[in-house]
Amino acid sequence: MGLWQSYRMRIRRKYRLARALRKSRELTSVQDNTKAIRPDDILLVSTMRNEQIRLPYFLEYYRGLGVDHFLFVDNGSTDGTSEYLTGMPDVSVWRTEASYQRAGFGIDWLNYLKRRYAHGHWVLVVDPDEFFIYPFCDTRPIRALTDWLDNSAIRSFSAMLIDVYPKGRVEDAVYQPGQDPLEIAHWFDSGNYTISQNPTYGNLWIQGGPRARMFFADRPKKAPALNKIPLVKWHRKYAYVSSTHALLPRGLNRVFETGGGEKASGALLHAKFLDTFGAKAQEELKRNQHYAESAEYKAYAEVLEDAPELWCKWSERYINWRQLEILGLMSKGNWA
Amino acid sequence: MKRGQVSSLEAENSGTVGIVMLVHTALDRAKQVARHWAAGGCPVVIHVDRKVPQSEFNRFRSALSETDLISFSRRHRCEWGTWGIVAAALSASEQMLRQHPGVRHVYLASGSCLPLRPVQDLVDYLAARPDTDFIESATTADVPWIVGGLDVERFTLRFPFSWKRHRYLFDRYVDLQRKLRIKRRIPTGLVPHMGSQWWCLTAKTLSAILADPDRPIYDHYFRKVWIPDESYFQTLARLHSAKIESRSLTLSKFDFEGKPHIFYDDHLQLLRRSDCFVARKIWPRADRLYDTFLDSPRGVITGVEPNPGKIDRVFSKAVERRTRGRAGLYMQSRYPHQWAVKDVTANPYSVFQGFSELFQGFDIWLAKTTGARVHGHLFAPDSVEFAGDEPIVNGALSANAKWRDYNPERFLTNLVWNTRGERQCFQFGPQDRQKIVPFIALDPNAQISVISGAWAIPLSRAKGSFSELRRIAAHLQRTEAAQLRILQKHQTKARVRIWTMAEFIEAPMEPLRNILEELGVQGPRHLNEVPKMADLEGFGLFLQNLKNQGMHPYLMGDFPVEHEPSVVPKSPRKTYLVRKT
Repeated sequence: MGLWQSYRMRIRRKYRLARALRKSRELTSVQDNTKAIRPDDILLVSTMRNEQIRLPYFLEYYRGLGVDHFLFVDNGSTDGTSEYLTGMPDVSVWRTEASYQRAGFGIDWLNYLKRRYAHGHWVLVVDPDEFFIYPFCDTRPIRALTDWLDNSAIRSFSAMLIDVYPKGRVEDAVYQPGQDPLEIAHWFDSGNYTISQNPTYGNLWIQGGPRARMFFADRPKKAPALNKIPLVKWHRKYAYVSSTHALLPRGLNRVFETGGGEKASGALLHAKFLDTFGAKAQEELKRNQHYAESAEYKAYAEVLEDAPELWCKWSERYINWRQLEILGLMSKGNWA
Repeated sequence: MKRGQVSSLEAENSGTVGIVMLVHTALDRAKQVARHWAAGGCPVVIHVDRKVPQSEFNRFRSALSETDLISFSRRHRCEWGTWGIVAAALSASEQMLRQHPGVRHVYLASGSCLPLRPVQDLVDYLAARPDTDFIESATTADVPWIVGGLDVERFTLRFPFSWKRHRYLFDRYVDLQRKLRIKRRIPTGLVPHMGSQWWCLTAKTLSAILADPDRPIYDHYFRKVWIPDESYFQTLARLHSAKIESRSLTLSKFDFEGKPHIFYDDHLQLLRRSDCFVARKIWPRADRLYDTFLDSPRGVITGVEPNPGKIDRVFSKAVERRTRGRAGLYMQSRYPHQWAVKDVTANPYSVFQGFSELFQGFDIWLAKTTGARVHGHLFAPDSVEFAGDEPIVNGALSANAKWRDYNPERFLTNLVWNTRGERQCFQFGPQDRQKIVPFIALDPNAQISVISGAWAIPLSRAKGSFSELRRIAAHLQRTEAAQLRILQKHQTKARVRIWTMAEFIEAPMEPLRNILEELGVQGPRHLNEVPKMADLEGFGLFLQNLKNQGMHPYLMGDFPVEHEPSVVPKSPRKTYLVRKT
């Protein structure tokens, strides 16, 4: 990378941070418990819209892993999301009715919150339908991971998105509040992911899984990116540039080894495909607030009408992180 | 060494083990472990890093004031890789020998060390070996664990800059010394040795080291040696010890960068099985480990030899995974450059070109004979011909030509990875998508067999305008020629065999046998069944016609206008048997 390229990246990063500051004016604090954040706390940041039904289990799951404080942006929910969160001492909530799309699909808001509250903390950025899996997550809390990362001088940790889906029609997977979504959607694609490297930010670009197979069979280029770097030891100068797929400075995107070895990595189990999905797709289609004019949601709506089953005979049933490791979807790397 | 006045403690302590404990962080855990040692009757001298704030240190000290067995030594600033750690060990050792002259062995431990066996067990073990010094100590030429390329230079260069804080200056100063060929003189009589910094020395050896009249010279020298805590005692013990056992009683595993692995609650069984006396480093929040090994008395093990080898596998595997990884795997945290690794795919596989044109039902025959999974043309222009025309195969990999062409390399590596343990074979040809060819050529797992020019066989029987056939033939010949040029480059790592069609039909049995042999078929000499060769009547004429039209078909070799196949009986065509010779 030449000097010129580095300079351009610097400008781009500054631009993202400036946007974050500007867009922060759209946020109104609903509940501010950030004073309770202690210096070593592990934080979780998320933006959501009408996901109240998912929150009970989401909070239970991440509290169980050892997340100390949650920072949420409620983007115009009408299902009582903010009300539900009120009174929880480890949750801070901001609300906005502004455009998700024009806030860089939410990342401007999140970049602002992290710059303000997460400097020097390990921070996890996930959506309410994403469940973070890492090596030894069944026996070691997330702090064991972050301590190890600190010890190894690693600043960012990769966890690719793995779509989990039910066997049978998606709308038959009826979700109850508080339920572990993996009880009803525990199938995934194990070996159809295609990878290339993004020359601009140096991150890997991973596509595949059931969405690619079913909704983007003719348009590989448009298929959603599955690479994510959701866990970062935050510094106020960092910024996500496109969802949690890539960060600046670019060094944070080097979560992979090019000399043959494996770095440690995890996974985000993406429990999007439940009965709640149909309504969501319709709504998102109307709002048109998603990436590339919601091409994704358009494709979902079309395909699910005719063939609403994502399951195929080569679908793999999710058991645990060790299974994902053996299948080569994540790695313990150097951690033993 | 000065013999201190005989204290009342000495009688009690005589023959016991003194613990020198170097503490940097996690003071609460250090407190717990120090109490454990003291409760077992071992005197403990604690060195607390000067970087720990005074107030915190005071609290720590007063919390441990309940017993005379625990004392605190003069504090030094400890930075990794520098003299401070040795200075700390020296001060604390001096204090140990001064205050507890009765100890027979002194054990150097850290605040993140955890005793795995009852203290009495360690005391008995050492009492049975009263003159043995347990210290890992090997000459620089013989140690494999050096990280960062500094071995003997640790002892011959100067290191005034911090490796952690001023890496640039550190590296530049090393370069400069190399360039100017500046070398330090190693004090006479010293032979540099290195090893784990956690030792257990007899009081006799330790006091000899501390009281050596040349110690000022040695100390001065080691102050500027790189990572002296791995070489100071290891070198000097060689001068003074009567009996060295070159191993550490502390179980400690190192990762690929030389950092110690950390033990967690889920290592409990592993640590138990190791039978080691002490393990490091323990994660400070590993409650279960601390509770199990410190609180509950488990008088199960007595007098067993420590056996760190039992748990070696887990940690050496981690190093291998981080440095080499799983061959043929491409994923979010492993994305090797093709030139960086030997194996670009997970398993051997075979590519056949021209075989399905020359032999009828070749893939069925091959699958039957070898048990391998035999696909059709995986890279056909508009389709992916998986075996049995499956629309989707292992790993939910679709027969989708668009996705395949989007990234042919990943398509192939995914297929081979997903079907680990099952040999894959597929047909290829100049009519297929060619983008994959350079990748396959550089893959040592690929076994490529080509009958060049066989693409002309279906053409020779095709109906339609001859000028169109001629155009197609010319195109296929150009494509195959370009492909063969790639396969014949000297960089090629695949196992490539190329026959012209004429060559092949002259003696088809030998190549077929070789191919089967490589596919692991038992006794391929005994071919019960061979595939039926295509009807080549009119093939020579077809080639002649191409020539007459100004094209020059050459890849298939020479065919007379009316070709008489030499091996295959003309008609009636039926499968024939080759008897075992």
